[in-house]
Order: sequence, then structure tokens, then C-alpha cells
Amino acid sequence: MSPNPVLLQVRDLVVGFGKTEVVHGIGFDVAAGETMALVGESGCGKSLTAFALMRLLPHGARIFGGQVLFQGRDLVAAREKILRDIRGNEISLILQEPMTSLNPVLPIGLQIAEVLLRHKSMSRRQADRRVLELLSLVGIPEPQRRAREFPHNFSGGMRQRVMIAMAVACGPRLVIADEPTTALDVTIQAQVLDLLDRLRKDLSMAVLLITHDLGVVAQWADRVTVMYAGRVAEEGPVGPFFRQPRHPYARGLLGASVGDSGSAHYTTQRLVEIPGSVASAAAERGCPFAPRCPETIAACRVQPPRLEPVGEMHRVACPVEVAK
Amino acid sequence: MSLSRSAVALRRTAVHAVPTMLGIVVLCFLLLQLVPGDAVDVLAGQSGSATAETMSALREQYGLNQGLGSQLWSYLAHLAHFDLGRSVRFGTPVTQLVLDRLPATLLLMLSALGFALVLGIVAGWVMAAFANRWPDRILQVVVLLFYSTPGFWVGLMAIVLFSVKLGWLPSSGNATIGSALTGFDYLLDRARYLVLPSIALSTFFIAIYARLTRASMLEVTSQDFIRTAAAKGLHPFYIQLRHALRNALIPVTTMAGLHLGNLLGGAVVVETIFGWPGMGRLALDAVVGRDFNVLLGVLLLSSLVVIVSNAIVDQLHAWLDPRIEGH
Amino acid sequence: MTTSVLDAAPRGSRLLRAFARNPSFLFGCAILLAVVVVALLAPWLFPGDPQDMVAPPTLWPGEDMAYPLGTDSLGRDVAAGLAYGARVSLAVGVIAAALGLLIGAVVGAIGGYFGGKVDLVLARLTELFQTIPTFILVIVIVAIGQPTATVIVTAIGIASWPTVARLVRAQFRSLREADFVMAARSLGYSHWRIIVHEILPNALPPVVVTTSVMVANAILTEAGLSFLSMGDPNLVSWGSMIGDGGPLLRTAWFLTALPGAAIALTVLSLNLVGDGLNDVLNPRSMQQ
Repeated sequence: MSPNPVLLQVRDLVVGFGKTEVVHGIGFDVAAGETMALVGESGCGKSLTAFALMRLLPHGARIFGGQVLFQGRDLVAAREKILRDIRGNEISLILQEPMTSLNPVLPIGLQIAEVLLRHKSMSRRQADRRVLELLSLVGIPEPQRRAREFPHNFSGGMRQRVMIAMAVACGPRLVIADEPTTALDVTIQAQVLDLLDRLRKDLSMAVLLITHDLGVVAQWADRVTVMYAGRVAEEGPVGPFFRQPRHPYARGLLGASVGDSGSAHYTTQRLVEIPGSVASAAAERGCPFAPRCPETIAACRVQPPRLEPVGEMHRVACPVEVAK
Repeated sequence: MSLSRSAVALRRTAVHAVPTMLGIVVLCFLLLQLVPGDAVDVLAGQSGSATAETMSALREQYGLNQGLGSQLWSYLAHLAHFDLGRSVRFGTPVTQLVLDRLPATLLLMLSALGFALVLGIVAGWVMAAFANRWPDRILQVVVLLFYSTPGFWVGLMAIVLFSVKLGWLPSSGNATIGSALTGFDYLLDRARYLVLPSIALSTFFIAIYARLTRASMLEVTSQDFIRTAAAKGLHPFYIQLRHALRNALIPVTTMAGLHLGNLLGGAVVVETIFGWPGMGRLALDAVVGRDFNVLLGVLLLSSLVVIVSNAIVDQLHAWLDPRIEGH
Repeated sequence: MTTSVLDAAPRGSRLLRAFARNPSFLFGCAILLAVVVVALLAPWLFPGDPQDMVAPPTLWPGEDMAYPLGTDSLGRDVAAGLAYGARVSLAVGVIAAALGLLIGAVVGAIGGYFGGKVDLVLARLTELFQTIPTFILVIVIVAIGQPTATVIVTAIGIASWPTVARLVRAQFRSLREADFVMAARSLGYSHWRIIVHEILPNALPPVVVTTSVMVANAILTEAGLSFLSMGDPNLVSWGSMIGDGGPLLRTAWFLTALPGAAIALTVLSLNLVGDGLNDVLNPRSMQQ
């Protein structure tokens, strides 16, 4: 689907709690070395999807069906032991809350060394050296001293850098970043994302960036997948997407942010709201967005639309759009 | 842990401990005044006969004919020299009597504490790992039973089972009298006598630590950093041990400290059942013999033990939790 | 601990329904009720003095159906002893706990509400009493006084108030900053009125939970005392029965087992009730 070899293929993934489905059979691809953004509002299931990819679901959640093909292997069906070898090593995870994502009673150097010692055969001393290299790589000054310190000695942005160091330590092919900057100050956000992007290029990794912030997508992503109510609405390269979003929901999203047309300013132009709320999707048999969509046709409400191509590596789940 | 953090914690303890100890001393003194009659009456009664002259001479000797204020002062002065008075039954210094018995009680307490911690933490861990499934539910019932059953009764039943019916373990004393065992045999012999009293003393605390550990583990395992650890591909058991337990034990250790007073109290009864030659037995003999100097000496020393152990627990807590800065 | 404790605890009929859904709580209540009933009906079930020697000594349970639970070394009816012992244990437990609650609540409320020097002194006092091992203090007080039920109850009450005091103090400290207190102060209410009418009702949930634990502990302490022959010699108590049964441990161990089981059962029921109260009244606690 893209010039680079495909690294991750998600097919018809269904995830939920107990008996209730939350993610209703989504699919997307991530190619090697690219940044794929998974976008959606709170509750659309994007974080759950991210955790499902590594089978790190919270208590009570489970994968109902589907496939997650990573370099040919299906992670949904694989044995736990295989998955443990992959986690931290070939696929790694960066969590949202730097305050709580690190163990408060262990020094950060040790927490980084843990992942090295687990996956690479190196001695403790070698691991310690590598930890210092990694800390420098992510821009933490005085690594010798800092490696012995505890998470509470670091600021939020620094903690996230430590998480990044942990994530890239073993040279993974894919890094899943779940809202990595949402909990950080705006000024720090750019720094952290910039770091992540640089490392991606230098270490030839792919990044699956989960976010609700379209600005972040525009700046850092190569391709974007938009989720709505547990389904994929649109998937495509970032340029064409922002120039002309095809799915009515995506159009609504971009219209609802300032900067739609070059001269927009909140004093001169009203923010366009999408009428209704996400809750309307729960009762809907057809397209989940239908209750709020300005362009519904009869076919929309019969069954959820499939993703169909509308351009170069660009797909949309909207029969109305596809027909145009 | 750095020396400075240790020192700060110690200083904090000392600032608290000294007034508390002083208060306890004053309380002991007041209690001493409440004793019906005074020590001399007891002495006189014991020796069988006493004339008025001997009585007032004795009063002189014990300083009992002076005002309350100066009595308190002399009491404090004596204490400063570690003089707790004399036993009215034996005439020996109370300090010596009590200190002679202290090691035995400490041994019993520490052994019970250790046993309770190990068993309690393991039980709590298992309960948390199987939360709300049948192993957890069964253990919860067992733990509740331990919590509700008087330790001395457990001790008695244990004697019936292990001593009388099975004959495995001794029911009284702390060592085989008259035997000339050395080295390992000696330790083994002492250990045999330690088992049943420790079990009796520990049941209540096993329950407390189990409940605490369960709650603590459940809270810790739902935290984000556990997911981070799993995302690193670490083995679940390793995560439990290195990440979860390490954090969960912090509140457990602080709570452990608060129950030391109960441990001492329980030791009193357990020592009686098992004929264990410790401070508890001494206190009870003192009650029977109306030997209030000894009784209050035991009170003072046991309070001191509580204070010292609280200080140790504080240090332990500071060592375990690097978030506690000295300030 | 939250200032919105008002929101946390359910009220009225929701409360009752929450209790009804908790099987262990109901079980505990049932057992407790049974014990209370036996205690109340003791004089009718077993007329006469339980300390009367009525039968051949050391009969095993079941040997003689007139004495279904057997007799002790002095020929006293074990069943009667258990029933009358229930009266003693429950009475001592409840009254001693009530005394401890009263003292603790007063100390905690005053210290927590007024703060400053008053709080400092009271907090130190609390710490002092908490440092002294409870059981030893009780023994000392009973030894100095007479071993009557009154003294025992007072001693246990005196030794057990610190826990309540700390709890109440913490509650008052957080609640005194609450908006409704400020409103009351601005209306010119006296301190007394604010403490009793405004804050205290809201501080109660954790205290209610502690009550059953305190009764349980008081029962255990009394049992320990009477076991050591420091109880009231005129009363038959479960603890004294265990103590009397001690010398016959090898041959008639049921004399020790039965009263102990009675204690365990009663304390168990109190703990179940306490846990149930905790689940319902403190919903934010670390439960699952």
C-alpha cells in the first residue's frame, strides 16, 4: 500500500469489555519507517486498539476477533511467551501519563536497563553504559547522575523522555505512542514530539501515534487513520487528507478547528460544530455517524459502510463520498 | 539510603519520642500513687510483722514520707540512673529483673512478627492474584477466622494437637532444662520450644498483614507503571515481585509498626500459657504478688520497646520509599 | 479522606438496600443477633447461678443429655456458663467500646476542630496512650483497682480511646474547612453547636465502622483478662472458662475449645458487620 514494506496489518479487529464491543472490526496498515496517526475523540476506542495490538488490555477487556499481523505473525493468536519476546523488543509502547507510568521506587536507570537485560544478552555493566547513551540520546543532561535518580526527581517532559529512552532501547521496528504529549505543557509537547520524530528517522522505526490533536497529526504524521465510535472512517496520506477530507466526520473535525482557511481567526469566523453527540452511534445499525451526518442516504442506515479507495492509498467508509 | 535522610528521620523520631517517654514516666508515677496503701504496707504485710518504727523507717528509706512533687522529682532522678526501684518481693532491682526477661520476650515477639509477615504477605499476595475467585474467597474466610480468634485460645488448641495428641512439640518453657546441648543441636532445641508460642502470638497479625497486602497489591497492580513493565516484555512473575510487591509493601511496613503494642500485649498471655520466661510472665507474677514496682517497670520498658521499634519502622519506611525526603 | 464525605455515603433506603446486598454482612448480623438473644434469654434458659455445681464433674458433651455441652471440673454446666458468659462479654464489650468512643470522640473533636496548642497537647496525649501496649495498661489499671466489672470496663475504655481520637481528629481537621462550616460560623453559631450539630454527623461514617471493631477488641481483651484470672471472680466469662479449663487440657479439652469457639464466633460476626459497614459507608476505600 505504500512504497515501504508493510510492518503491521490490522484486520477486522474487534475489542470490547465483557459482552460489549467497543472497537467494531477496524483495519489499517503501518508501513516501516512511517508515522501513522490514529485519530479520534475520547471514547472512540483508539487507546483500546493500541493496547490490543500488544495484548496489554486492561482488566475485563478482551479481543473478540480479528488479526494483528506483525511481520507476518498474528499477534492475536500468538502464545503469550512469543508476545513477551516481542514487547519492548520489536514493538514498544509509550504511555500517556508520565507521572504514573514509571515505577516510583526504582531508579530510572534501572528501569531502562531492565528492558535491555531482558531482550539483549549483555552484562549489567554493558547495559548501564547503554543506558547512559540512551539518556544522552533523548536529551537528558548529566546522565551519570540522573540515571540513579527516581521519577519524582524529574519533570513531566523529562519523564516522557525517559519513557522514550525505554521504548527505543532495543531498537524496535514499531513504537506505539498513546497520546504521548497530552499530559505535558504545550511548550514541552513540541520538544518531545520532535525528539520522537528524529529518533524515528535515525533508528528507522515506524511510529503509531495515537492522538486527538489534529495539529499534531498535521505536523508529525505521514498517514492518518480517523476513528469514529469504534470504526475507521477514513484512512490516507496526511497531505491529501488535510487538503480535502473525504469523510463527513473528518470534514466536521477539520471545520471545527481554527485555521481551516488561511485567514481564519476566532473573532472573524465561527467554529463549525458537528451537531449531536457520539452517544447517538450506540443505537445505530448502519453507519455510526449517520445520526449526525448532513449527507446521509438510505443505504447509510442499513449497515456500516466498508472502507473503499477514493484516491492514492486513500480510503473512506462512506458510500456517498465513494460515489462522487 | 543516604545518611542525611536517615539522620533527619532519626531526629524527627527523637523529637517525638522524648516527650512521649516523659509523659509515660509521669503517668507511671501517677499510677504508682493510686496503688492502695503503699509499697511499705505490702512489704510489711509480706514480712509478717512490722512495728510502727520499722514502717516509718522503711518509708524514710523509700522516700514515701515526702510531698508529691519531690517524690516525682526523686522518681525521675532515679530513672535517669536507670533505677526503677526494687521489687518488693525479691528485693532485687527492678531494672535487673526486667532486663533479664526482656530477651526472651523479644525473641518471641520477633519470631512471631517474622512468621506473621511472611505468611501474611504471601497469603495477601495470593489473594490479590486470584482476586474474587475461589482461592481468594476461601483465604478471606480463613483470614477472617484468624483475625477473630483469640491468640491464646489458638495456643491452647495447638498444645492439645501438637503436644498432647501428636507429641511433636513441647508445651512449656523455652529450652530443655538440664541438657548440655551445643551449637546446632542447641539452636534446634530452642527452636522447637519457640514454634507453638510464636504461632499462637502470630495468628492475629497474619490476618492483618494478609488483608493489608491484598488491598495494597490490588491498588498497585492497577497502576500505569505495571502496564509499562508488561510493555517491556518482562515476565509476569518478575513484574509481581520486582515492581508490584516492592511498592505494595510500603504501606504494609508502616502498618506493621503500629501493631507492635498489640504484639507485646499478646505476648503477656502467650507467655503465661507456654511458661515462657519473659516480661509478660513477670508482669503477671507481679500482679499476683502486688509488686507494683516491677509491674510499672514492665510498663515503662515495654513502652520504650514500642518507641524504639516505631523508630526502626520509620527508618525502614524511609528506606523503602524514596519519595519520602527528609525535611 | 474527602470533604465531600456527604456525597460518599448513601442515605436512607439506599443504605438499607446496600446492606441487604452484602451476604457476609447479613451473615454477621445473624450470628450477632443469635448471640444477643442467647445472652438476653440466659436467665430463662438456664435458671439459677451458672457457678452452681449441679452435676458430676468433667462430663463430656453428649454424655448426659441434661448437660448437652458437658460439665467442668467443678461440675458446673458448660452450656449455662456459655450463655451467661455471653452476657458478660457483650456487656463489657459494648460498654467499654462506648466509653472509648466517648473519650476518643471528645478528644479528637476538640483537637481537630480548634487546632493550635490545644491540638498539639491532645495529639501528644493520644500518642502517649497509643504507645503504651494496650493490654499491659489494662492489666496495670485492673491490678491497681479491684477486679470488678466496672473497673475492667473503665480500664479497657481508657486503653482503647486513642484509635477513635485519631480518626475523629482527622475527620474534624478536614471537615472544619468545609463550606457548610464556614456558613455556620458566619451565622454566628457557637463552637459547641458547630461541633455537635454540623460536623459530628458528617464525621460519623468511619467512626461507625470502627465501633464494631472496638467492641470486638474489647471482648478479646476481657477474655484475655479473665483467662489470666484477673476478671471479676463473681462473673462467669468465656475467658474465665478457658482459664479454668486450662489444667484439664489433656483430658477435657472441650472445656477450652467451646468457650473459645464462642468468642471466635462472636468476634467474627462483629468483624463481618464491621466489614459490611465499611463497604457501604466508605465506598471509596481500596476495595474490589
